[in-house]
Formats: sequence, structure tokens, C-alpha cells
Amino acid sequence: MTDTPDRGSFQRAASQLIGGIFRGGRAAADGFAGQKSSLVWVTNLSVILIVGLWLFPTVGLFVSSFRTADQIASSGWWKSMFSAEQNLVLRTATPDTQVREGELFVISGNLFAEDGRDGTVISVWGVSSRAISEFEPGATAELRRGGAITLEANGDYRLVADEAFSGSRGPRVFVTAEIAPEFTFENYRLMLFDENNVEGMARAFMNTLTVTVPATVIPILVAAFAAYALAWMDFPGRALLIAFVVGLLVVPLQLALIPLLKLHLNIGIGKGYLGVWLAHTGFGLPLAIYLLRNYMAGLPRDIIENARVDGATEFQIFTKIILPLSFPALASFAILQFLWTWNDLLVAKVFLIDATGQTTVMTNRIVELLGTRGGNWEILATAAFVSIVMPLAVFFAMQRYLVRGLLAGSVK
Amino acid sequence: MHPAVQGLATIVIGVGACLTYFWASNQVLDRFIFPAKGPNAGRNINRANQVRPWLFLLPALCALTLYLAYPVVETLRLSLTDRDQGGAFVGLANYAQMVSEPKFWEAMRNNMLWLIVVPAVSTALGLVVAQLTDRLSWGNIAKSLVFMPMAISFVGASVIWKLVYDARPPGTEQIGILNALYVWFGGSDPQQWLTIPFWNNFLLMIVLIWIQTGFAMVILSAALRGIPEETVEAAIVDGAGPMQIFFKIKVPQIYSTIMVVWTTITLTVLKVFDIVFAMTNGQWGTQVLANYMFNQLFVANDWGVGSAAAIVIMLLVSPILVWNVREVRKEMR
Repeated sequence: MTDTPDRGSFQRAASQLIGGIFRGGRAAADGFAGQKSSLVWVTNLSVILIVGLWLFPTVGLFVSSFRTADQIASSGWWKSMFSAEQNLVLRTATPDTQVREGELFVISGNLFAEDGRDGTVISVWGVSSRAISEFEPGATAELRRGGAITLEANGDYRLVADEAFSGSRGPRVFVTAEIAPEFTFENYRLMLFDENNVEGMARAFMNTLTVTVPATVIPILVAAFAAYALAWMDFPGRALLIAFVVGLLVVPLQLALIPLLKLHLNIGIGKGYLGVWLAHTGFGLPLAIYLLRNYMAGLPRDIIENARVDGATEFQIFTKIILPLSFPALASFAILQFLWTWNDLLVAKVFLIDATGQTTVMTNRIVELLGTRGGNWEILATAAFVSIVMPLAVFFAMQRYLVRGLLAGSVK
Repeated sequence: MHPAVQGLATIVIGVGACLTYFWASNQVLDRFIFPAKGPNAGRNINRANQVRPWLFLLPALCALTLYLAYPVVETLRLSLTDRDQGGAFVGLANYAQMVSEPKFWEAMRNNMLWLIVVPAVSTALGLVVAQLTDRLSWGNIAKSLVFMPMAISFVGASVIWKLVYDARPPGTEQIGILNALYVWFGGSDPQQWLTIPFWNNFLLMIVLIWIQTGFAMVILSAALRGIPEETVEAAIVDGAGPMQIFFKIKVPQIYSTIMVVWTTITLTVLKVFDIVFAMTNGQWGTQVLANYMFNQLFVANDWGVGSAAAIVIMLLVSPILVWNVREVRKEMR
């Protein structure tokens, strides 16, 4: 699955694959008859440690995608479950809410009123970005534009001046406070549903989908016919052809880039969806043929010979018997090819994405964001998760199926 | 036309065209060229059956030849020509230019490092996890979670690990776990990990190890379960400890699977591109061959040297290719 977990990863080894892993089967107690209980503890603890280590980075990105830019910048994501000191920039109510008390003009209210952050306690505060922790709660600060502000720990403030407040916005107040854990869907709304966001992922998501589906479906049929011929038809050169396919399994994609791009440009396909579909089809075929041939070769000989005796043509045998029986192998290849094309960057960059940038895919968009928004983790994390979520869903939903197909393909 | 509609149309046309081809070509063969009737019925059936495999194979063979076999030959030819001279034959000039570039040797050195470290660590870790989880009641869940990074793209994994290596200015709160730990354990200023020459290579390798360990684990786990019970029981009766059982009884029996895992990960390593491209783009001494080649092709726009680099990758892969083909031919006999 994919220069991206790689088709190579699954190639020959597929024949021994995943197998027992999820078969369940064997009881936990077999094997070491005399296993000591201390050893059991050590085993359990080490596995917990390893699984924790393996999950930690992913969880970090996942949690970060639900935090605001301020939260991400002010504390590590592992602290997000606990309340943390944060620096906030807030504004008082607007001058049009001012009231007159004798000689004085007064604006009063609570800084947290709009956010609904009840129970927040201010530890220090300030009125200038250069001295954000100048004052204790309860103190009074002179404002540069005239007037004075008194701020209590709970966010209640009172702004007093001799002359009327002007302008459309209230003055800024810099507060440092313990903020309770808080998560937001805002990042996802911004990256997926905000049509004004030029960095949005919605278009790239659709593009990736557009690349993936045909690139997954088309190779299957072509490969299935070839695999049937290689598995159940006798003809001179068959062994040689199988060796040819196995050899092509490991040919690095890199070799195909220039010649094929030149070819596409020469015959007028150029850069675009058609080119990337054809490329993915070509690159996926060796694995497809190899997997399907192994599986089909393992189907019972009797079924096919009975059908031949009964007068079925080869075409009928293939469409009516072989194809339905091979469904597990077809599905497992489809999943591998889906993951590989969805996660691909190189093929899309070479055969699809042109100067207009209209056809960018998610992996490419993320790499661009890494360049331009390197420190904005709320954007990066969200973009990455939008692209990861589909393969993960497929992985967890179809894991069992994928494994069964691959395992069956290896029975010889 | 909207690309999504275009995509659907392509599926319908593609699948329809395939089915039509297979059906129609079979019909033509059986009805018109070698009809199974008349005086030569028997001979015709035989002939039709000799031709039919090639009908079934034709589309796949065309695609394989055009998209994989032809490019190998063409890349070899391109590596001996110069684009600026209108594709004139220049012998080994591109290779000479390539080996005179320090970046190429940096890429070679790094690729060798990757080739040694990543397959070894992934396979070893995979084997350890497979063995540890083998008898746990929640082993399947653990395996599933360690296997999960296989579904994540190299680019996604790069973002995930860049957050781990992130550095903020000294004195501010560190949001990358590595720097947070570094500072917490009394390290001085937070480090820009990915810019530290030589060692940053290992930080990139960790990403691939993180992905490939699950793959190794899954295959080795199946192999471990395939070991005959009796051999292990006999060893226990003879008084072997867990370590001895693992290293002296189990590992030798799954040796061939270990080799398959090793070579498979080696292939992945040779082609690794996305991780380096996304995380450092070969800066700070982290260049690898695949990324070097991409740069030659699409940044320097030099098809000759780019092809030469691709041929180097192909040469590094070819021992595995030969081994694979020989194994399969052995099986076929």
C-alpha cells in the first residue's frame, strides 16, 4: 500500500500473510506449560508499553485537531485533558454600552460573558501586549487612551473615564488564567466546510476520491481474466509469464515516471485524471494478477472439470464459477489498491497535478501546508486527519476480510 | 464535465469495455474462426483452446508491458542521452555527472544506512511483538493497534511525527513531546531535531519503522502459529527456558519467513520518497536516492541524470527481483 505503505510490502509475503493473527483460534494458555506468573506480568506490561508508544503519536495529532491555535501553542496536547494556564486576549464591551454615572462614563461587565467560560480564575493581567502580567486581580490600571480599568479575578471589570469612550471596540485586556479543558470542531468546519478558505481540504478530498475509485475498480477485471488464464489454462510459456509478473512486482515505480510522462504527453493524455487512472491501473496489475492467480489456483479442480464436462465454455466457467468464488481475493486486492492509491503522493504529483492546482490531492495539499503553515498545528493536524480517517475506517472495518482473502490466497 | 462524473463514466466505460472485449473476442473465436461444428469440429475446439489463454491475457499483458516493462528499457536509454542536446547519445556522461555530485553520495550513504537500520529494526521489533502478543488474551487488539500505521499514508505519518519533533523557542512551553521530555530532563535549549546532521536520518527512519513493524509482526505472527506444537513441547520437557525456546526452537523454524519480511521491507526502503520529501526534502544531510531522483527530474529538470538515478535504484532492487523469480519458479515445479 503505499512508496506509500507499498505494494511491495504485500507482494510475495502475501502468500504467508496475516494468517493466524485474527483467527483467534488458539487459546491463550497453550504453549509454555510452565509459564511463570511473573513472566505473564512482564509480557503484559511490555505489550501495554509498546502499544502505548505506537499509539501516542497518532493520538497526539488527533487530539490537536480538536484544539484551538491558542491552546496548541500554549500547552502540549498531553496536557489538554487537564486545565492549564493560558494567555488570552479579550476585549471589554463596546463603547456604545457605556452609561453615565454623575461626572463619569462607565463600561462594566464580565470578560468571559461571551465565551461562557464560567468559573475561570484570572491569576495576572495587563493592558499592554508588552506587559501582560503587570497587575494582580483587583488592581486598577491606567489606559493609554484615557480612563482606568479595574479587573476582578472572576473577570468582572469596571472601566471608568472622565470623557465619553469613543471608537467601535472596547480596549484590549490581556489575562492569564487557568482554562478548563476544551475541545472544538471549528478546525474541521474551517478545513472542510468553509468555502472561502483557499486552504480547505474539501476539493482535495473529492479529487482523491475521484482518483481512487476508478483506479481501484478497473484493474480488478483485467487482472481477473489474466489470473484465470495463468491458473487454469494450459499453454506454452505459462511458467515464464508468471515469472514475468513476479519480476514486475518489484520494479520500482521510479523507473516508470519519465517514460510514461513523456508517453502521456506525446499521445495527448497530458497530465490529468485519465493519466493517473491508467498509471495506477498499470502499477497495480502485477500484485492483482499475483494475488488472484494464487487464490484461483487453490480452488478445487473438481468444480472446474465438472463444469467442463457439462459443456460450459471457458468464458462461462470464468464468469459463473471462478469470479464469484474468488470474491474474497478480489475484495482483498481492492482494499490494498484502495489504500495504495488513496495514500499515494508520487504518482499523483507526476501524472495528475498540473500548474493550475485544481486537481491537487490530499497528500499533496498536506505537503504544501507543511511548507507554508509549518507551525500551525491546528491546520496541519486537521488536514492530516481528514486524509487519514478514510483509510483507517476501511482498515478497521475490513481487516478481517482482507486477512481472510490473503490467507486463502496462500493455500497451496 | 465534473471530475467525479468523469470518474463514474470512466468506471462504466472501463468495466463495460473490458467485459465487451472478453465476451466478444470469445464469441468471435468460437463462432467464426474455429467453429465447433462441421468436419473439423474436434480440431477447431483444440485450436480455439490454444488461442483462448492469449485472449484472456492480452489486455493485462499490454498494460504490463507498456506501463512497467517498456519504462525499464526506456529509462535505461534515457539515462544514456542528454535532453539539452535534443536526446543525443552521450554514453555514460550522465552517470559521470551524477557521481561527481556530493548530494548523490550523500543519498547513497543515507540509503545504505536506511537499508541496514529499517529492515533490521522493523523485523526484530515485529518478531518481538508477535511473540509477546501470541499468548495474550487481548493480543489481537494489541496487534491490530500496532498494525494500524500501515493504513496511514507516508505523508500523514510525516505530519504525525513532525509534531513529535516540533520545537518552540527557548523559554516557551514545548508542544513536541521529544523537546518537552528533553527540557524536562534538564536539557538546555530545545533542539531543532530534524536539522541535526546525521542523527536526523534516524529520526526519519523511525517513521518508516513505526509503519513497517506492524507489517512484520502480522506475517511473523502467522508464521509463529504455524510452528508445530510438538517441537515446543519437547523443548519444555527437556527443560528449555522461554529464551531458549524462542531463539533455538522457534526462530530457526520461521527463518524463511523472516527473510521474506526482511526483503519486502528492504524493497520499501529502497523506494522511500514521501517521508523524506515531506519532512526535510533532503535538506540537512537527509537526501535519499528516490528523492534525489525526483529533484533531478522535476526541479533541476534533468531527465538524463534523473534516469541514471532511477537505474541505480533498479540495480539495487535487482538481486531481490532475481531471488523472487527463482523462488517462484522453484514452487512451480
